Amino acid sequence: MGSQAAALQDDRSAGAHTAPERVVVRFAGDSGDGVQVLGAEFAKSAALSGHDLITFPDFPAEIRAPVGTTFGVSAFQIQFGGPKVLTPGDTVDVLIAFNPAALKTNLADLRDGGLVILDEGAFTKRNLAKAHYDVSPLEDETLTTYQVLKIDIAKRCGEAVADTGASKKVADRAKNFWALGLTFWMFGRKRAATQKWISEKFAKIPEVAAANLAALNAGHAFGETMEIGRDVVSQPLEATFEPGTYRSITGIDAMAKGLAAAACCAGIKVTYCSYPITPASGLLHALAALRSKGIVTFQAEDEIAAATAAIGASYGGALGVTGSSGPGIALKSEALSLAVATELPLVVVNVQRAGPSTGMPTKAEQADLAMALYGRHGEAPIAVLAPATPAECFQTMLDAAAIAIRYMTPVMVLADGYIANAAEPWRIPDVSELPDIAPHYRVDPENFQPFQRDEKTLARPWVRPGTPELQHRIGGIEKADGSGHISYDPDNHQTMTDLRAEKIARIADTLPPAKVERGVERGRVAIVGWGSTYGALNAAVKELLSEGLEVAHIHLRHLSPLAPGLEELLRGFDQVLVAEMNGGQLCRLLRSEFLIPAQGLNQMTGKPFKVATVKAALRKAAGGAS
Amino acid sequence: MNQVLTAKDFTTDQEVRWCPGCGDYAILKSVRTTLAKIGRPPHEVVFISGIGCAARFPYYVDSYGFHTIHGRAPAVATGVKLANPELDVWVVGGDGDFLSIGGNHLLHALRRNMDLNLLLLNNAIYGLTKGQYSPTSSVGTRSPSTPGGSVDRPVNAALMALGAGARFVARSADTLQDHLPEVLTRAQAHKGASLVEIFQNCIVYNDAVWAGMATKAESFEKTIRVAHGEPLVFGKERDKGLVFDSRNGRMELTEAGGDAEKLATVHDETNWALASALSGMEGGDLPTALGVLYCDPVNDYGSDQEARNHFSTLSRDELSDLLHDGGTWEVK
Repeated sequence: MGSQAAALQDDRSAGAHTAPERVVVRFAGDSGDGVQVLGAEFAKSAALSGHDLITFPDFPAEIRAPVGTTFGVSAFQIQFGGPKVLTPGDTVDVLIAFNPAALKTNLADLRDGGLVILDEGAFTKRNLAKAHYDVSPLEDETLTTYQVLKIDIAKRCGEAVADTGASKKVADRAKNFWALGLTFWMFGRKRAATQKWISEKFAKIPEVAAANLAALNAGHAFGETMEIGRDVVSQPLEATFEPGTYRSITGIDAMAKGLAAAACCAGIKVTYCSYPITPASGLLHALAALRSKGIVTFQAEDEIAAATAAIGASYGGALGVTGSSGPGIALKSEALSLAVATELPLVVVNVQRAGPSTGMPTKAEQADLAMALYGRHGEAPIAVLAPATPAECFQTMLDAAAIAIRYMTPVMVLADGYIANAAEPWRIPDVSELPDIAPHYRVDPENFQPFQRDEKTLARPWVRPGTPELQHRIGGIEKADGSGHISYDPDNHQTMTDLRAEKIARIADTLPPAKVERGVERGRVAIVGWGSTYGALNAAVKELLSEGLEVAHIHLRHLSPLAPGLEELLRGFDQVLVAEMNGGQLCRLLRSEFLIPAQGLNQMTGKPFKVATVKAALRKAAGGAS
Repeated sequence: MNQVLTAKDFTTDQEVRWCPGCGDYAILKSVRTTLAKIGRPPHEVVFISGIGCAARFPYYVDSYGFHTIHGRAPAVATGVKLANPELDVWVVGGDGDFLSIGGNHLLHALRRNMDLNLLLLNNAIYGLTKGQYSPTSSVGTRSPSTPGGSVDRPVNAALMALGAGARFVARSADTLQDHLPEVLTRAQAHKGASLVEIFQNCIVYNDAVWAGMATKAESFEKTIRVAHGEPLVFGKERDKGLVFDSRNGRMELTEAGGDAEKLATVHDETNWALASALSGMEGGDLPTALGVLYCDPVNDYGSDQEARNHFSTLSRDELSDLLHDGGTWEVK
């Protein structure tokens, strides 16, 4: 072990030792190995050390896949450093693999010369066979281009934990904390926050708490006593954060808190009705866990009931919200048209996943854009928003609620499996600065008509059942403009159809104009994206700008209606490249809307774009070498 | 509200568009009368419906009304109650709405036991789509979609409801103006989901499907009106009775010539097995059971989490606490 480490040290010290801006670490193991917990604690320590970061968990669809199999591997990736971190990282600098299957499924992402830490004890004949290794990767050429640190983690952890009197089972399960201790030492982290977390989390099972603490400390001590210098890994930069109070937040948590903010800022009861589906269930869990005033959660019997109960809640005067993923959103389609026809506020969250059908439920895709825009019967326009980053989900939900209430319309929010589960630091807003989005319920019976419209927004009045003298009836049948009585009049249907479209179009009046996110205002190439691709596009443009290319990143948060000024902005570029994790749905929209020759950069692998992929496409579009 | 309400207070200015002679008219009349008698002011009452002839109901009741989509009315109503548990919410649907396309929602509305009054207007046919057989049509029903007669067996709505965990199941018929309002009143008073199956005649596509119930005279022999604590006797002379056979869980006729009043089982509406046996009586000499077959209240949905369902605003300070929960750090 010593000589191995010394060799490492030599290798690293041979080059000039400049701090990298950022470092990418990935933990990978069995789905029962506690990799996600390990990752979350590592991320917390990175944040407390002043780094910016983005984390991305990659877990299997199977709840507990057979131990040691490749399809049971759970991974957690983090990129941390500064001055700003935009993605979880294209390639991995440090890979911690708890078994052969984890090595097999993750090694391809480790950069040449990267460090791999292996749990040597797990490289048994049986585990190697399960990972389909004919020859142990520790004995052939597999790892020659990497730095390798082989440690029998289970054994060392077992020894360390033995003093606490913990059972073998408890000791085995403490392995992740041993590894965490080692990585803490590597990056010079303090253990206090994690020690506190362990003590609190396992307060009711003191033997587990003691074992985990012992493992954490032993892993850390192992680093100290071993002859590896800290420079085996390089310390990345600290971030340049604006002053404020920060927390780490996933997209799902940000959505839940955004809905809580909507409940607060609207003074309304937010009623979240949902049916479990991966990866949207997290939002139901997060909202149920809030147990907060102003929020009610309802697990419905199916997707349709979830949508219609949400519509019922809005009819009842609350803000109905429903959430799902692609297949579930498809089931809600008829109900969404009802909400359009009855002009009730409704927020619909689609945490997109790779489709069609069951597809790859734990993997990300953006292929539901066309469904969000057009996937309903009849002319049924709605507003469609997409958050660009996990933390931005907070503001997106607040915006969605505000639009739904102000315009009496369904609003769909397009998140995806990546943005939902990825985490980043978030500067907590000052709640006194959040907008007032309170609805103006109609209470005056004088000249009341259920489909009388606000001149500016074209919204109809919102009346809560229970309001005296305002009894009225609404429904899916076409209604007469104004009175809301059933009407089959041809001219009236034309008018109402036009009004429903115009109402959505007018939302654009309140939107911030389209802008360049980063780069030149006019020039060779603009790359246009929406949703979770933000980080990769922005990082690519940043790097190419530093090479002197005339490029720009434009990111759409509003897909329906589009932000004002978008056409003019796009026309300022020789080339428009639309990057999406689908077959070109936004690209087709921009081409048809503006008659511009936009080209697509399309990826459907279930994984987010790599910065390198985007850079290559941008270079090609700019006419440079790729 | 002190003023005395009448059926007129629950009547809208909308022209009723059911076929002349439709059983729905009589049901509408009963409902309006019942609402007036109950006395909740119209603005506290909500009618929710799905799609079908029965689903036109809300347009004709002067209350808050929502004509939704096929089968989903119980789910919409659930949302209304989540928003405002204080409202008196009625759900009206036909056999297609409640038992076919929306069967799942009925099942869950019943077991969830939210305080909803569910009126199933059962005419054993699809009227609005012009006469196809329905989930309650008997085997052999000839219809445009089953010209050779239907082959699938009908669902028994009351049994389905009891199986789903309903705590209130009752039956009546459109024309029974001396019976239906009373059943509706009981249903409304029940805290929790209450299902009332109303046998309804479709004069155009399924006329006389419930023959035997239409008039009081006929109904004496073909039906039994059950009442809690009363012996299960029927017939014009009250000379026939029903006995619950605990060996097979079915109802049987009391011995001919015996004293039916004495021999008959006394109805206990809290007895689930008895309610099932009464609901399951089909064909032969056994009558169709009408009235409150089962009523055994338990806590309704929401009463356990009343605090959460009642509206209280999340203040900005409380929101701030929420945003800061878990670990935070300061950047100077």
